[in-house]
Amino acid sequence: MSKIIIQNGRVIDPACGLDEVCDVVILNDVIDKIGQATKTDARGAEIIDAKGKIVCPGLIDLHVHCREPGHEEEETIETAAAAAVAGGFTAICAMPNTHPPQDNDTAIQYVIQRSAEASLARVLPVGCVTKEREGEELAEMGLMCEAGAVAFTDDGEGIADAKLMQRALQYASMLGVPILQHCQDPSLFGGSMNSGPIAVRLGLDGIAGSGEEIMLRRDLELVERTGARYHAMHISTAGSVDLIRQAKSQGLPVTAEATPHHLLLSDAACMTYDPNFKMNPPLRTMDDIEALRAGVADGTIDCLATDHAPHSHEEKELEFALAPFGIISLDVALGLYALALIDTKICDWPKLIERMTAGPAKVINSNLGTLGMGCPADVTVIDPDKHWTVHVKNFVSKSRNCPYDGFKLKGRAVMTIVDGQVKYRL
Amino acid sequence: MAKKVPMSSKKVKPAVKAAKSGPAEVLPTEDFLWTRKDLLGLDELSPQEILHILDTAESFKEVSTRSIKKVPAMRGKVAALLFFEDSTRTRMSFELAASRLSADTLLFTAKGSSVSKGETTMDTVRNIEAMGVDVFVIRHSQSGAPHMVAQKVEASIINAGDGSHEHPTQALLDIFTIRQRLGRLAGLKVAIVGDIAHSRVARSNILGLKKLGAEVIVVGPPTLVPNKITAMGCSISHSLDDVLEEVDVVNMLRIQFERFGGGLFPSLREYHKIFGMTSKRLAKCKKDVLIMHPGPINRGVEITSEVADGPNSCILQQVTNGLAIRMAVLYLVSQGSK
Repeated sequence: MSKIIIQNGRVIDPACGLDEVCDVVILNDVIDKIGQATKTDARGAEIIDAKGKIVCPGLIDLHVHCREPGHEEEETIETAAAAAVAGGFTAICAMPNTHPPQDNDTAIQYVIQRSAEASLARVLPVGCVTKEREGEELAEMGLMCEAGAVAFTDDGEGIADAKLMQRALQYASMLGVPILQHCQDPSLFGGSMNSGPIAVRLGLDGIAGSGEEIMLRRDLELVERTGARYHAMHISTAGSVDLIRQAKSQGLPVTAEATPHHLLLSDAACMTYDPNFKMNPPLRTMDDIEALRAGVADGTIDCLATDHAPHSHEEKELEFALAPFGIISLDVALGLYALALIDTKICDWPKLIERMTAGPAKVINSNLGTLGMGCPADVTVIDPDKHWTVHVKNFVSKSRNCPYDGFKLKGRAVMTIVDGQVKYRL
Repeated sequence: MAKKVPMSSKKVKPAVKAAKSGPAEVLPTEDFLWTRKDLLGLDELSPQEILHILDTAESFKEVSTRSIKKVPAMRGKVAALLFFEDSTRTRMSFELAASRLSADTLLFTAKGSSVSKGETTMDTVRNIEAMGVDVFVIRHSQSGAPHMVAQKVEASIINAGDGSHEHPTQALLDIFTIRQRLGRLAGLKVAIVGDIAHSRVARSNILGLKKLGAEVIVVGPPTLVPNKITAMGCSISHSLDDVLEEVDVVNMLRIQFERFGGGLFPSLREYHKIFGMTSKRLAKCKKDVLIMHPGPINRGVEITSEVADGPNSCILQQVTNGLAIRMAVLYLVSQGSK
């Protein structure tokens, strides 16, 4: 039997509406008690002093590319899970655009097995919507669900065919899991950064925000018809925020996520042709950043997700248009969100934590993301006043394609507990 | 010898007053000091730096009139010409410019993307740099490739055209030619006609001309003219006929046949009819209008032979001036601070 008591922290559990200074008692792998720990509780327990710290449910990241199988030189399930706990995350969703793609139950089982072997953050598998991620035929979603897939997506590509998307939504609704869509109309794609005056000046082909919004608009129509659960991944434009807000006001079962980079950086960052500012969707404008931040504040955007996308140094040492899309931020995301949302006074800590715990848990119908009695003991301890500097060379992640080197941040995870075990301590 | 050619001093005095007539322009001060090690684009240059290049080119022009067309300004230096993308005149112009300055030259050409050959641009550059290179002249199909290299090597970088981004030496020679023919730059109206969206020549010209006080109108169908280009300070017209009367210069860009397949305009025939420079259109222009083209020309598409070979055309003069501009740029960056 193992027992941990986290004492005197500011315990914030948005799922239960809790925000008070008290103790958290963990017995084996579940939350045993929230309140005043007694002497009986304390017997044989490891006591952790969390005075001045925030104690909250373990953070969840719905959008991580673990690259295993296929690109283990960039990241593995184990290194992604290690970067996760170093960043305060106790659960991450593994995107299925691996090689081969996670489009069948065996592949799903493999992720679960590798996650168990790593025994760090929980790695929750997401399956492909279509076979081979080719956007043509539905993959075996039912079997993948049985094997433990928590959601489905062809992330990296949007599902272009409207009829196929409608079927995917219908079928997934039977399984009670959401479709996570990468909103991007392929016929409007083809560039490497946001289309606009900066792309024109740099002579780079643009990716217009309309390519995202057109697919989102279509999908919302399909959601209205099917009533299926739909989650818009990494939305990047003010127009998308408006569309989601409108859909929610109509009562559609729609959720959305935003990434640290879309909340912090604009396309002006591409001026140096540094491929660490190249991602899909691309960095947009200051107006989009403001709209996304407002969307997080008013709940239009339900959760924050990194879209952690590791790439090797060789791949990122290419010309801007030839380099692959994607950057990493799992190690440092919490501080980045705080920079975008708390330092700007757009959110307070309870709201930010909601968007990283209860928010994402709701998207994947998970019992994680809360400190409710008897729930899995996934807990993150945050020092909200800790000033620190990002040093990419010290990342736990295997890759280094990160634009935040040298960023000065405030607020950092100092302890990460998964299943009642301390997996990370600063 | 009438004109003095700069040899090694960092202080370059403009040997010749640029404009013989016309309003006075800001000329570099006597003690202007060129400090740049790279020429990546006109975006980063000040008006004074641009004029300094033009004036330096002016003094180099004379070298080509000598019986022994060579000066020792870059003796003992190595210029590597890396042409990752096809080019004829730019490459030959740089090659000759380097040899007139007595530099040793290395030539690398690769068709298509270096990535498809298995070697990245950076690997190619590092390998050649290891041989001991002072200046890299880089032509590349990818926008920003010279900028990427400049951040990672010690040698000087000259952008000889990167993707759809910039072609600074082309714009410099265009501006040089305009100044030579019309005697001024400030206040002129310049039309640039054609595939603006994919043209590095257009971008560098817009930036350079604006900095020197000229007005630029870009002309073409909306599918070839991004509306956000106005952020660079130019205006847009979709009718060539509408602008002809008011402009002093018409710079006709080459229609790139590779774009034609992309369905950006319906046919060459239609393009010629709407945007081609013909004698009939020339007649609507000011009498001394200057007709330019960066080459290679598609005769009968964007420009007819009568116009291309007529008295208003300065197409061959552009090529001649290109040599002096490239000598000036090679010389200046090789003197720039490391």
